[in-house]
Formats: sequence, structure tokens, C-alpha cells
Amino acid sequence: MSELNDLYQSVILDHNKRPRNRRKLPAATRVATGDNPTCGDQCTVYVRMDADRIGEITFEGSGCAISQASASLMTTQLKGKTAAAAETTFNEFAEIVKTGNAPEEFSELAAFAGVHAFPARIKCATLAWHAALEALKQPDKTPEPQQ
Amino acid sequence: MTSLAHTRADFPALNQNVGAHPLVYLDNAATSQKPRAVIDAISRYYERDNSNVHRGLHALSMRSTDGYEAARKRAAQFINAADPAEIIFTRGTTESVNLVAQSWGAANLRAGDVILITEMEHHSNLVPWQQIARRTGATLRYVPVAGENAQHGLALDALDKLLTPDVRLFAFTHISNTLGVINPVAELCARAKKIGALTLVDAAQSIGHEPLDVRALDCDFLAFSGHKMCGPTGIGVLYGRRALLDAMPPWQGGGGMIASVEYFNTTYKPSPERYEAGTPDVSGAIGLHAAMDYLDAIGRPLIAGHDNSLAAQARAALAELPGIRILGPEQNSKRGGLVSFAFKEVHAHDVVTFADQDGVALRGGHHCNQPLMRKLGLSSTTRASFYIYNTPEEIDALIKSLHKILKFFGS
Ligand SMILES: Cc1ncc(COP(=O)(O)O)c(C=O)c1O
Repeated sequence: MSELNDLYQSVILDHNKRPRNRRKLPAATRVATGDNPTCGDQCTVYVRMDADRIGEITFEGSGCAISQASASLMTTQLKGKTAAAAETTFNEFAEIVKTGNAPEEFSELAAFAGVHAFPARIKCATLAWHAALEALKQPDKTPEPQQ
Repeated sequence: MTSLAHTRADFPALNQNVGAHPLVYLDNAATSQKPRAVIDAISRYYERDNSNVHRGLHALSMRSTDGYEAARKRAAQFINAADPAEIIFTRGTTESVNLVAQSWGAANLRAGDVILITEMEHHSNLVPWQQIARRTGATLRYVPVAGENAQHGLALDALDKLLTPDVRLFAFTHISNTLGVINPVAELCARAKKIGALTLVDAAQSIGHEPLDVRALDCDFLAFSGHKMCGPTGIGVLYGRRALLDAMPPWQGGGGMIASVEYFNTTYKPSPERYEAGTPDVSGAIGLHAAMDYLDAIGRPLIAGHDNSLAAQARAALAELPGIRILGPEQNSKRGGLVSFAFKEVHAHDVVTFADQDGVALRGGHHCNQPLMRKLGLSSTTRASFYIYNTPEEIDALIKSLHKILKFFGS
């Protein structure tokens, strides 16, 4: 059970049960969807840029506890960041997930260190992040007209 | 239920721990474990008889050829085909379906023709038809699945409306790998035949469990894989009626399938060589032969009764769990040896990861059945599938593990 407890840290369980920012964002200027073809899970990330910073970021999709918690935590971590800073955060996150080593006093993202013992689940942890980075590479579009 | 627990000793891979727990292998619908007899037959072939088939005249080549052709004869007998020439060795079910689509489909389908399949088809009996429909201008049509949990199986009352005279081929699965439902193959074949459509049966999920008789089913094509019936990976069978196979064009060109080659023209051998270009999987065929012998020594009616009653037992125990949704028919008589389910609160991937820590091997995902999953409003399910060597105690282990998972996630 100990590896499982490392995988399903309380932060992860909490974000799975009560995902933050899981909703469509009508004011989004950038949108991208990521697929995990092995399991059929999908994650769509919506971003509204405020000049060169992420003004608002939300997601929609269904998936396992790891993917849902990862998407939820990601939105709380990326808000206010530039695209370049978001990419840096992702690289740090990906390193934690792959190696299991989080730098001391790292953000809540360190909760994902336990994923490294379950290589089949790394894709679940990074699904939303890949969608977010994809969105951040796009030029801004006019948001969908409100109904 | 007859206990077949004594067969566990025949399967070396079952005798291991996963972490601290003995392996409970419930992923048989994906692939079965292999008995010693099959592993030994393959080793023996490589240690004694290994040689290329057909073209050699020396002792080893003749032994290889004899072994390969004996496997073909055995496969014909295994499904009661009239003629070994009706057995084409392929890589498995997927390649068998692709062969029919690429060969028969490309030669016979035209704009205005309809290919009828069902909503419960594995991607391997769906994507090849999509591809050939696009290439030929034919259209693809689906027999729907009925019920919010697909509990009514195929909507057969709609079949007469769907089986119109422009349907050229009806391809469907015998047992659904996602729902566990057993389709009435003989009835479906008879109804297709009445309007002059050919039939292709995907027997991937039934071949290793129950007796199959292509002449009693009266199907035109039947496809299966060796690895789901105790045989090795990389080998499978396409059965086809002789008259059809003799009339179809080859789908791949190369050695072994030709009668005569000139610079700009080739004539082909008849079936089955016509469809087996290149060096075949000889060791695979020999392993498959041993697998068929192994299954028949136990007795397929016995195996079917055993596997189906384990699934029924598992289904009854699963139904007690909170927030569970079980797919497929409610009557056990309509189900094969697998159960597929989803929890409201816990995703299939989390279930599979947790169960694995208890040594219980399950499968979670869309089971190569994305359109059906979407229709049922699911992205994935967890599946437990049973075979000869599984025991009621293993169902207890499964249920115990699921209780732990539900408790952990607080449902
Ligand atoms: C119903 C069904 N059809 C076809 C297949 C494909 O078999 P293979 O991958 O061996 O070609 C499977 C295997 O998962 C199956 O369950």
C-alpha cells in the first residue's frame, strides 16, 4: 500500500474530488485538447491571456484521479504566469513525475512524485499539461460570442 | 460448476507473485496464458525441426512443412471446416479482417453497396471496413446496441430494416469483448444469407471457450487469434468458403503464393497459399496446433460452462458494490466469460492500478470500442475476464480488492 499512498497523496485525492477550475471558459482566447489514446481520456484546456500573462485557465474532461488532479492543480499553478514561465514549470513538473525527486519546498505539484513508481500513469499526469502548452503556443483568437 | 483448478499447474506464468501477492490473472480477454504443452511445442520446433517451409527438399524443411500443414488440417478440424484449403494463417483476427476487406472488399464493393457491422465491434472489425468503404465508395451501416447499459445487446428488431438488398457483407462479433454478450451467430448468418449478403464472424472472444462449427453456423468468413486460446501471439486464422477464396484476388505479393512469375505478369496459387505471401509463422502455427490439442483434451463444452459460470458469479458479487454500473445482458445465459463495469466515483485506471497492487490483473480502458463507449456515456470501463485456470477464490480476491479501492476513494 505504501507506493499507492505515495501515488494518491491527499492533495491529489482532494483535487480529484473537488477539481478547481473545471469548466468551459467562454472568454477563452486559446483552446487545445489533449488525448490519451490508450485509455480514451480527453482533456480540453481553455486559456484567456491578459497581455502576455495567463489571465484565466480552466479545463474540461473526464479521466482518472491522477489526470483530473493534475489538470486541477495545474490551473492553480499557471494562472498569472507567462507562456515561458509555464513551460519552465511544466519541465520541473515532468522531472518530478519521471524521477520521483522534488526539490525542497517545491509547490503542491511535488505531490505527483509518487507517479514515477507507476510508469504507465505518467501520461495521465501530463495530459492536461501538454494541452495547456499546446494552447499557449497559439496566437490569440477572439473569444466565442456569448449566447 | 466443474472445477478445472488442476489445470493451473499446466501454466508456468500463473505460478508467480506480483509484489507480495500471488498473481490473479483476470485479463484473459486480452490474451490468455500459455500452457507448458504450447511452450514446449514451440521450443521443440526450434530445437529440432527449424527450417523454411515449402521450397526445401531436405529433411528439416520437410519436417517444418509437415508441421505447418498439420496445423492447418488441425485448425480446419477445430472449427469443422470442410477443407484445410479454407484455413489461411494470418497474424490474428485483425489481419484476417483486413485480408477480407482488402481482397474481397476491394474487388467487389462499389458505390451504393453497404457494409453492415454492429456498434459493439472491436476496432479491428470496424476500421478496416471504414477504410475500404472510403476507397470503394461503399457505405458503412451499424446495427445499434440497445439499453442504457447495452443490456439488450444488438437491437435485432431493427435488423430487417438494416439488412436491405444493397448490403453486401454483414460482419459482426460472436462475443463482445466489452459487453460479454453472446450474439446469435447462426440466426444472424441465416438472415444475411436470405438477402444474399456474405457474413464475417469475429470469433476472437469465443474460439478459446466454446466449440465452433463453421458449417453449422453457415458463415462465409470467420476470424480468430491464437493468443486468446492458449496459443502464441503472431498467429491467427481466417476461415473462408473455398469458392470465395478461389475467386478473390491476392492481397499481398511475394514468395510462396505464386504459380509462375514473368517480368510483367504473375499467376497465383490457389487458396490458401495465394493469401500467405512470404515466410509464414511456422512456430506460431505449431504452437497453435498444440493449443487446440490442449483445449480439446479438456473439452470445450466444459471450458465454456466453467468460464461462463465464473463470470456469472463475478457479476452477482459485483452487483452488490455501491455505485457500480455493469455492462451487457442481465441473463447469464446470454453472457460469455467476462464482466465489464464502471464506478461512478472511481475511474477504471485507478481501479486497475490499485488491483494490481493486490496482484489482480484487470484491464481498464475503452477496450478498442470507442464508438460504443461514447454511446454509453463512458470513457472507460474495468474488465475482468475468466479462463480455464481461474477459480472462485480469485473472484473473492477481486471483490476484496475492489472493496479496498472504494473505501480509499471514499465512496
Ligand atoms: C472481439 C475482438 N475482436 C478482435 C480482436 C483483435 O484481436 P487481435 O489483436 O489478436 O488481432 C480482439 C482482441 O482484443 C477482440 O476482443
